Amino acid sequence: MGFRLTAAPIDPSALMEELRDSRTGACVTFEGRVRDENEGRPVRSLDYEAYAPLAEREGEKIISEALRRFQVSRALCVHRTGSLALGDIAVWVAVTAGHRSAAFEACRFIIGEVKARVPIWKKEHYADGSAEWVKGSAGPLRG
Amino acid sequence: MRYFAVLREQRGLEEERVETTAATAAEVYEELRRTHRLALPAGSLRVAVNHEFKEWGEVIRDGDTLAFIPPFAGG
Repeated sequence: MGFRLTAAPIDPSALMEELRDSRTGACVTFEGRVRDENEGRPVRSLDYEAYAPLAEREGEKIISEALRRFQVSRALCVHRTGSLALGDIAVWVAVTAGHRSAAFEACRFIIGEVKARVPIWKKEHYADGSAEWVKGSAGPLRG
Repeated sequence: MRYFAVLREQRGLEEERVETTAATAAEVYEELRRTHRLALPAGSLRVAVNHEFKEWGEVIRDGDTLAFIPPFAGG
């Protein structure tokens, strides 16, 4: 499975073990973490909610597309659900390849497509006690 | 029906069974929107039928699972 949702903390070192392969010379990873502000408002924590069956299906499509488009060996993306604190890893992407440029490109492709196509919502809890669903641009505009 | 994020909160439910005479996904949403005073217009949502993105004109059948997808922001 190249795309996974998890309610448990993401453990990059355990995931990296899955990608260990002496034939690949490059491994690029991206870690998206919970930031302490959004558009000027101090953020205290986040909740992520996924439409699991659809998110997993879309996520797998993105991984397959990345494997077709770029000269890479393996690609893995894990996205959190549930409540996250500041600094927690929200999304993790890793790509292994024979050479670095394909690994960088595929990693950027995957995180971009995941944000645009995978139905996962984020509710921000602010320092002043209020909370709001982040008005994502993804969804209605893409076919 | 399955509801997520802001729609789930507006409806106050994660899922429910709905009886309808509506023929398409768009008609189902308009019906639910009127009944439950949902704030989001259909134009700001996407529709999924049986866990796949579909067009609003998708003809629905008995037993289908529908979800209306608010704009999302993962990552």
